[in-house]
Amino acid sequence: MNVATPPAKLHDCRDAFVAVLERLAAENPRIAAVCNDSVGSSKLGGFKARFPDRLVNVGIAEQAMVGVGAGLANGGMLPFVCAASCFLTGRALEQVKADIAYSNANVKLIGISSGMAYGELGPTHHSIEDFAWMRVLPNLPVIAPSDSIETAAAVEWAASYDGPVFLRLSRVGVPDLLPVGHVFQPGKANLLRDGDAVTLIANGTLTHRMMKAADLLAAEGIAARVLNMATVRPVDIEAVIAAAQDTGAILTAEEHSTIGGLGSAIAEVVVAESPVPMKILGVPGVFAPTGSAEFLLDHFGMSPAAVAEAAKTLIARKRA
Amino acid sequence: MQTGDAMQPNDLTRIASQIRRRDLEAVFEAGAGHIGGEMSAIDLLTALYFRVLRVWPDQPKHPERDRFVLSKGHVALALYVTLAKRGFFPEEEVATFLKPLSRLNGHPNCTKVPGVETNTGPLGHGLPVAVGMAKAAKIMGAGYHTYVLTGDGEMQEGSNWEAISSAAQFGLDNLTLIIDHNRFQQGAALKDTNNLAPFGSKLAAFGWDVTEVDGHAMTEIVPALEKRTGRPHCVVAHTNKGQGISFMQDTVDWHHKVPNAEQFKIALAELSESL
Repeated sequence: MNVATPPAKLHDCRDAFVAVLERLAAENPRIAAVCNDSVGSSKLGGFKARFPDRLVNVGIAEQAMVGVGAGLANGGMLPFVCAASCFLTGRALEQVKADIAYSNANVKLIGISSGMAYGELGPTHHSIEDFAWMRVLPNLPVIAPSDSIETAAAVEWAASYDGPVFLRLSRVGVPDLLPVGHVFQPGKANLLRDGDAVTLIANGTLTHRMMKAADLLAAEGIAARVLNMATVRPVDIEAVIAAAQDTGAILTAEEHSTIGGLGSAIAEVVVAESPVPMKILGVPGVFAPTGSAEFLLDHFGMSPAAVAEAAKTLIARKRA
Repeated sequence: MQTGDAMQPNDLTRIASQIRRRDLEAVFEAGAGHIGGEMSAIDLLTALYFRVLRVWPDQPKHPERDRFVLSKGHVALALYVTLAKRGFFPEEEVATFLKPLSRLNGHPNCTKVPGVETNTGPLGHGLPVAVGMAKAAKIMGAGYHTYVLTGDGEMQEGSNWEAISSAAQFGLDNLTLIIDHNRFQQGAALKDTNNLAPFGSKLAAFGWDVTEVDGHAMTEIVPALEKRTGRPHCVVAHTNKGQGISFMQDTVDWHHKVPNAEQFKIALAELSESL
């Protein structure tokens, strides 16, 4: 399907997350929210007002937060553990590994304000390593929705899935791209725009930038395919192979290190199944300088214009 | 096997001796294990599984079961022998301990071994998970009690103190922490490493009730584990590393050393005296 250039209205995906969480919690008394003094930043104020007994705030204690989540699940509850992604995944990595993934606990880990959403607060608060840290763990689907519609659908799916999930959200506004009523399917990419010259693959805050880049390429007569690939693990192997075979070149972009994230997951498939030229855009293995998230994405070559240029360079390699 | 209130201290002591023997044999057969910490914890495990815990071995996931978390997961073998003896899985299976593809590896796995509640091994994990279990019971109105056993060296992990504070904040009077205070950690004595002892005053300062017991006297262990106060409860169990085997007792060497054939014979004879 070819989706028109997205409208300008921007949504904070946290709003979609808590709207669904509160609706589900009203129906299901087993749902709890667990946080680390992050009621405000996780937008759990409404949840706290409606379900005060089921808001478990452990204070600034991420290791306990994740362990408590595992214990709540053992006691028959369905906990959503919500915290800034940098602290949830970095500070509590061993708890995520042992208590959640290895124990296969039915806990939903919600990484808030991921990527470089905290902008000027700097690299301590950036979470551009979380795809790499999370996707290496068995049993743990890793998902970064691209808009508020996909966020709502992914939360709905996570609640229905019996097992751990890592859901990576931003706080930076993004336009809606997916159709209203979209049903989330883990491990399935969404074809947003078809083309045969190159495939642009992204998720989270980068998908809409890919759509704009595809517009720029179209204006030059270059037909780019655009895939939204929210699920980093398990990656959509079929869609990646089809992209390689149909378009002969793959460009990825992510608000994450170029090491170990979405691009790496795709490259693992491409190199084994259907080698074609690839370019991975992201933060190139450095700590970011001062700047807002939007500034830093541009700074690291992920403005729509820069993506379009990178796509043309890649297409030239294909012909070489 | 008889369990529960009918079990008298003498019965429990006899069962603990049987478990110690089987544990020793399994360490010798496997050529590995953490025998010192196993011997220090076995009386506590026996009191829990044969007297205190409300569990149904044929229904290991029964929603009303009391929860027990072995946070010092490196003494998994002692838990395996206890669970098998209590009927969670066949006692013959203990012979597969550490064998290729056995579900009984060096640290307990809840996805494979009936009766194991959460995966432990890295230290400082069990208590936060136990806090979550107890909190779930409070939220859901469930009547089960949650117990967690940590090592004393393990209390050096900061995550435990996050959980201790949370448990008091949440008013978890349905949670009992047992500290196996055998005074030794892997490399040295606790007091020569990072001496958190005495534990009682520290837990009390966090708002917990504290009971100090001889961790090898069933007459003291059982009432302490069955005690209910209005607050989270810590039982500081004063134990001996290598309890029951004279040459292992209170020596740091026996954290994970394996007895040779001669030592095995002597140890077996000593443990058999109390059968």
